[in-house]
Order: sequence, then C-alpha cells, then structure tokens
Amino acid sequence: MATAVNAKPKPVNKLKGFLFSRPEKPYVNPYLGGVVLGIVLFMAIFLTGNGLGASGGLNRYVVFLENIIAPEHIDRVAYLLKMAGGEKNPLDDWIVFVTTGAILGGFVSGWIHGRLKVETNRGPRISVKTRWVLAFTGGAIMSFGARMARGCTSGQALSGGATLSAGSWAVMFAIFAGAYALAYFVRKEWN
Amino acid sequence: MAPFPLPLEALLTKGGAYLVYLLIGFSFGYALEISGFAISTKLAGQFYFKDMTVLKVMFTAIVVAMVLIFGATALGLLDFNLIWVNPTYLWPGIVGGLIMGVGFIVGGFCPGTSLVSLATFKIDGLFFALGSLFGIFVFGETVDLFYEWWNDSYFGRLTLMDVFDLPSGVVVVLVVLMALFMFWGAEKLEHIFGKKDLTKEPKWRYAAAGVLLAGALAVLLIGQPTTADKWARLEPTKEAALQNREVQVSPAELLATTTDTQVNLVMLDVRDEADYNLFHIRGARHLPLSQLAAAIPQLLLEPAANTVYVLMSNDETAATEAWKVMTAESVPNLYILEGGINNWLSTFAVNEPEIQATPTPAGQDRLVYTFPAALGDRYDAADPSPHEYELEYTPKIKLQTKRGPSGGGCG
Repeated sequence: MATAVNAKPKPVNKLKGFLFSRPEKPYVNPYLGGVVLGIVLFMAIFLTGNGLGASGGLNRYVVFLENIIAPEHIDRVAYLLKMAGGEKNPLDDWIVFVTTGAILGGFVSGWIHGRLKVETNRGPRISVKTRWVLAFTGGAIMSFGARMARGCTSGQALSGGATLSAGSWAVMFAIFAGAYALAYFVRKEWN
Repeated sequence: MAPFPLPLEALLTKGGAYLVYLLIGFSFGYALEISGFAISTKLAGQFYFKDMTVLKVMFTAIVVAMVLIFGATALGLLDFNLIWVNPTYLWPGIVGGLIMGVGFIVGGFCPGTSLVSLATFKIDGLFFALGSLFGIFVFGETVDLFYEWWNDSYFGRLTLMDVFDLPSGVVVVLVVLMALFMFWGAEKLEHIFGKKDLTKEPKWRYAAAGVLLAGALAVLLIGQPTTADKWARLEPTKEAALQNREVQVSPAELLATTTDTQVNLVMLDVRDEADYNLFHIRGARHLPLSQLAAAIPQLLLEPAANTVYVLMSNDETAATEAWKVMTAESVPNLYILEGGINNWLSTFAVNEPEIQATPTPAGQDRLVYTFPAALGDRYDAADPSPHEYELEYTPKIKLQTKRGPSGGGCG
C-alpha cells in the first residue's frame, strides 16, 4: 500500500479503496439471519399485503426489453400482453421495486461487511469457465421453472410458506426434491 | 376493521408506495447477504448435508413470519383476507418446483440469491442472473404451447388449514414443531457430513426455539377472529351504510351496470334452489347463504380493483345477511339489489303476462310472483334490454381504490 501514499491517488484507485478496503466480517448465525429475514417478510406482508419476490421483477425487466426490441411480438402472446400490452409499462409494478431494492440491499451489506469481492465460487475440481457455463445454464433452468411454478424460492417458498398456502408448500418440497435428486450427479461441481 | 395491510397507494400515492417496496426489497437483499446467500458453494452445501444454512435460514424465516402473521391476525391487527396467499396450481407448481431444484443444484443459486451475489461482484452470480433472464425469456416464448396445462389443476386460495381441515392455530404449532425437528436433524447431519462441532453452536438458539414455540401456542390459544367477531368490529360504521341505503342499488342501476365494460359485475343470488330455478337474472350465480362462507376464498381472488358484487334475494333480508358476512370477510365493492327479485320483477316483468303477482305474499323474503314453469333465466325479464327502459335512478355503485394484495410474490 506504499504506492497509495505517493501524490494523489487516481479516481479509479480511490473507488477501489472505497469499495474493497473495509475489513471482512463473518456471516451471521443462520438462525439469526433467518429471524431477520422472517421479520422482513412479515413487515412486507403486514404493511403491503404482498410478500417478497425476485423472479417476478426479473420477468418484468425481460418483458421491458422485449417490448423495446419487438413491441409487435408482445401483442401476439397473451402471457406477455398482460404485462406490456397497450400503454402498460412492464416496470410499473411493485415487484420491480422489491427486486431492485434487493440488489441495492445486497450491495450495501456486502460493502459494509467487507465482502465485496470479484470472484467465482466453485468446487475445487472444476474450472472457472465451466462454472460460468453451469451458472448460466442453472439460472436458465431455475427461472424457467420459477415462471412455471408462478414464483421462485422467494415468491413461493418463503412468502407462500409463511401464509400457509398449500400450493407453495408443494412447490417448496418439489424444489428440495429436485435438487437432492440431482445433487449426486453433479457432485464434482461442488466437492 | 383490522388496520393492516395499509392502503399504500391511497396513503402515499404510487411513488410513495413504490418507495416502501424499494425499502422492503433493500432489507430483503440485506438479510440474504448477511446470511451468506451470495456464495454459491455455501448454498450448494445444503444438498451434500455439509452446510445446512439454506434450510436453517429459510425455515426460520418462514416460521418467524408465520407466527407473526397469524399472531397479528389473531389480535385483529392484520386482515388475513387482504394479504396475498399464493393460489394453488398444483401440477405446474410441482413440476416447476422440480425444475427449479435442478436449476438450483446446477447453477448454485435461486433468482433472489443470484441478485445479491452479483451485487457483491461474484461472477458466477452474474452468469446465473443472465441465465435467469434467458430462462424467463424462453418461458414467455413457449408458454403458449402448454398454456392450458399451466392453468389447470387450479385450487384457488387453498391453505394448509383447508387441506388438513384444521384451525390455523393448530397448523401454526405443527409447522413450528416440524421446523424445530428439521433444525435438530440438520445439525446432526452437519455434524456427520460437515464435521461440525455442535458444542460451538450458540446456546441462545434453544431460548429462541422456546420463544417461537410459545408464540405459536399463544396463536393457538387466542384463536382467529370468526366472521361474527369481524362483523361486531365493523358494525358501528357499516350498519350506517345499510340504514342510509347507500349500498342498495335499484334494478335500473343494476341493469345499466350489466352493460358497463369497465366493471367486472358478479351477481350472487343467495335464494334457495327452487326459487333460483323458477326465475333468476341472467348471469347471476347461485350461492345460497349456507354455502357462502365456503365460497369466500374464491371470491377474494376476483380482481379487486374493478369487481362489483350485487347480492340478491326475494326481498332484501337474506341478501343483507350475506352482505354482512361478506363485508366482515373484506370482500370489496358489495351491493344489494334494492327490493330484491320481487322489485326487479315489478320493474321488468310488466309486459310478461305469464309472470303473475300472487295476491297474498307468503311471508318475509318470499317470491311474490308465480311462474308457469321453472325456466330460470329464459324469461324476458331475466335479461331485459337496457334500451327499452328509460328509468331514473340515483347511482350508488362507486369503485373504491382498493387496498390489499395486487398480485403474487412473483407476479
């Protein structure tokens, strides 16, 4: 860090210092994290009547882009029409703000606790590039499933779990079942 | 009336409401990050029994939120009928869930955690999120191929209480017990597969489990408010609306409303089956008083913003009874047909000689007309042409800006 003392630091270095220089803190106990998350979920439902969600917000970002690129295409698909038909702006929806807020909240917590770090997390036996390909593939599969189930881990398992929706509990157990069923076959990716 | 959830848009305008959602999202992302959910290897560890963080965080969050929600509804602070309960589409849910599980173990995240991961500069999180956008795009493009199946096996606003036919307090206690058992099992597994030293786990978790269970038992003991309790709370304000005849719509207004495309009109005929079969207004659903309570969850799923309910009986007695039940259960935009079917017939059956007024009405809330046959809605008076009648009326129906759930967690 001796070089940083010389003359004025470049703006880029200043930004890097701001982002990455905080001491790294350990994660909280999972039960404590769960209590915090549970209170956030309760407050969401108590104040607004709506739960939490992530894939719904992403969905609307995708439709927003589609609407810019191919607006006439939107008009042919009933599913898309509901979100972006006519004068409707697909981003004009509460879920978009929850999703966007989650990105901001994650960033601020990562920054405060010194956990902002450019890295690729993976098992010791696969390359970084393989991990990227698998992450993209998994993301595509997961979100396809999330739209089919009308909600992801947040919108169905968490929110529907807490309000005791029967369908959401079925979705939750199906998620765990699907992941455990396949875990053995992709063990090389993680172990 | 239970004051929560708040009518956010009415209170704060749309911008203010969106700010609240942004803050909720912020706290959500913060809570995920402090739990370590930005790290894919930590999340995937769940499925090799090494690190059960996912299960612990998720189930703790679910049971904490559940006890608080049902505690708040038990105390009359929160109206359960106004919160979003994910409707059940069984098979799309199960198949979609299995697919999600596959995506989870291959990709190492779920959509929410990948956002937090990319927000803390993890490149695998970024790729997962990009993949998510792609998967969502593909779904939007292919859903037409299986649209029917996707909307099939629909059970509406179905809760675990309905499935097991248990009161919510009992379900809350059972879910807490199940979660505690799962936590115990998870710790054992971590000890065996993850070589974790359990003596280093904090002792406060026992106290926390005790508090949680005590909360669940309190929910059970207090019990949820019944329809009668809810009506008792509302009576001072709502009885006035009945007395001042603010909610009784004339036959002429009802007829005009049937042609209003802005309004999703739901007519509910609460008479017994014999009367309904003799004559009913075309489009009116038959929902006798005895079946009303069971139908409430379905009614709550109608789009709140533009649905108008008009209840009808032979005069107004049974319809008013139904109005009270539905008002207590927070069904929005409720009205009563003024004078009931009898009044409707006296207005619109004047040119139909086979519909005869009986000289001696047989008592309260009875049909005072006789019909040659049980033709239901095949009489002219069941579907009068709005153009033939020019009737004056005082409009009573006004759509309220509705509070409450505007859509699913992932709508």
